[in-house]
Amino acid sequence: MTTRRLVLTRSAAVIGAASSGLLLPSIVRAQSSKVRVGFMLPYTGTFAQLGVAIENGFRMAINEQGGKLGGREIEYFKVDDESNPAKGIENANRLVQRDKVDVLIGTVHSGVQMGIHRVARESGVLNLIPNAGVHVATRAQCAPNVFRTSFSNSQPTLALGKAMVDRGHKKAVWITWNYAAGDEAFEGFEQSYTAAGGTIVKKLGLPFPNVEFQALLTEIASIKPDAVACFFAGGGAAKFLKDYAAAGLNKSIQLYGSGFLTEGVLEAAGDAANGVLTTMHYSDSLDTPRNKQFRLDYAKTFKLQPDVYAVQGYDTGLLLIKGANAVKGDLDNKKALYAAMEGATIDSPRGKWTMSKAHNPIQDMYLRKVENRENKVIGIAQKAVADSGAGCRMG
Amino acid sequence: MDFANFLIQLLNSLQYGLLLFMLAAGLTLIFGIMGVVNLAHGSFYMLGAYLAWALTAQFNSLTLAIVVGCVLALAFGWLLEWLLFRHFYQRDHLDQVLLTFGLIYIFEELRSILWGDDVHSVAVPEAVSQSIQLTENLSYPVYRLVVSGVCIALALGLYGLISKTRLGMKIRAGAFNREMAESLGINIRLIHGVVFALGVTLAAIAGMVAAPISSVYPGMGGSVLIMCFVVVVIGGIGSVRGALVAALLVGLVDTFGKVLVPQIAGMAVYMLMAGVLLYKPEGLFKQ
Repeated sequence: MTTRRLVLTRSAAVIGAASSGLLLPSIVRAQSSKVRVGFMLPYTGTFAQLGVAIENGFRMAINEQGGKLGGREIEYFKVDDESNPAKGIENANRLVQRDKVDVLIGTVHSGVQMGIHRVARESGVLNLIPNAGVHVATRAQCAPNVFRTSFSNSQPTLALGKAMVDRGHKKAVWITWNYAAGDEAFEGFEQSYTAAGGTIVKKLGLPFPNVEFQALLTEIASIKPDAVACFFAGGGAAKFLKDYAAAGLNKSIQLYGSGFLTEGVLEAAGDAANGVLTTMHYSDSLDTPRNKQFRLDYAKTFKLQPDVYAVQGYDTGLLLIKGANAVKGDLDNKKALYAAMEGATIDSPRGKWTMSKAHNPIQDMYLRKVENRENKVIGIAQKAVADSGAGCRMG
Repeated sequence: MDFANFLIQLLNSLQYGLLLFMLAAGLTLIFGIMGVVNLAHGSFYMLGAYLAWALTAQFNSLTLAIVVGCVLALAFGWLLEWLLFRHFYQRDHLDQVLLTFGLIYIFEELRSILWGDDVHSVAVPEAVSQSIQLTENLSYPVYRLVVSGVCIALALGLYGLISKTRLGMKIRAGAFNREMAESLGINIRLIHGVVFALGVTLAAIAGMVAAPISSVYPGMGGSVLIMCFVVVVIGGIGSVRGALVAALLVGLVDTFGKVLVPQIAGMAVYMLMAGVLLYKPEGLFKQ
């Protein structure tokens, strides 16, 4: 027994073991290993609240159905996208290349979404969008492996036009930030408002994320329209509501908005928001058994009140469960997986909704009025609102 | 735009400009006197806003909250200078940028740990919560006038401090020639601590006073920081008078830019800065 022979045999054994490991991984992983779910969400910054809510909603959906996907255990990975579009691709690649996730759930900010979208289209990883409403993701750049469970930026405002004209507000001023989400929200508003017979007297915009509204509020006062329609979200929305009321405009000019104007900011805006009318695919006060149960369960689990972002995260979980169950956990069976998710009807707290051909929800839009720190649903603004999916060459 | 509208827009620019001045004054002092580039200045603004929110909830009075907040900000500024900044006066500007950039992240996380990530509001004090009717459908909140008043008072106070008091004289001497001032017996280390604490407090006061009109939310420091630097650069580094003039200019350009040329409103202020620098590379007023 020479030393050289010992070394050679042992090396051969090691190499043999290693190479057999290399040959088997995909087969081994597909059946008995854990499903790798990656969250790419904002955990810091302005949208941190939303990131946490989405993840909470998703986990709740999974745990309600037994904590497994198609019978397989789940391993979670997280990346904080910091709402930074410049690092979108790099962060998405961390989940896809380094952590090798089977599903990428993200994200909130549309700018970051474009980075994820690119990585999703190149790598083929299943991407579920729990919020970002950027149009191209389910229009010209739609992809079989990308599904959205939230909304497209123009969906809420598509339901706004008729609601405004029905109330006699035929001359309106539109105001928003000059960025993609604002432009796309305007697209829906312009389409629905002009179709219903309304006239857009002026279109005002300010650079994102500038929140000095005084100059434009003064402009609005001098124009004297019947109503103002807008798109703002987050801290900026709270400030806009307060500034609008502080300028006394709420007494004479009705304020309408895409629902995000009054989401998560009613405590901060206070009485300034009373009477504001918005359209959105959900409302905390939606009086259905499904929603009531969801809200109770969420509050019990997380000691927090859920919001639309939690619902979107929850629905993402429901969608993934439907898909995973249909393929019995074999997420590599892409054709069957996608087909199952395309044909799914999601029994959501927002109401039942289905997937459009371009993989965006077809859902009812509710008309809500702010009363006493709550978005009270006063009716359905429009049923089964679908994004146009223009330019999508799929299915 | 009719005359009444023009006047109202002028009022809007004045109010915005004065608030910017309060922020920029602190930054220009720190930059001018100690030569430190402080990117974390916006975080002090955010600190002020969150302090206003937390303390008003505690004491039920915004005025008391501001007073207590001032004291806390002074102490915080002093501590920060003693702990960190004093070791960076002689260092390269890049080192200072790295330090203060890191501080931004640290402060954001601390804020998230201490106070969470939600959007909050601070109620305008009852006494000044009315509005003045300007036109038939536009009214102007009295509180905004109060904010402008506070900014003007602070501007005058700062002017008085720098030009008319012994402390101001020592500050100016130390900025002009540190070694000479030291050899004359002026305690430059103490002066620097005072100036830094003052700069931080000015930013915090801006945040506290503006909290009722701006809402309190994560990342609020970032957006004002850029404008702050623009004001300091236009006005001339180290010149408080320059900061005032520049802040009013920026207020004018930003307000009228949004109304008259909305397509390039985002660029208007930077075009102003570029224009000023072309003719006066050191800013409008040299220190």
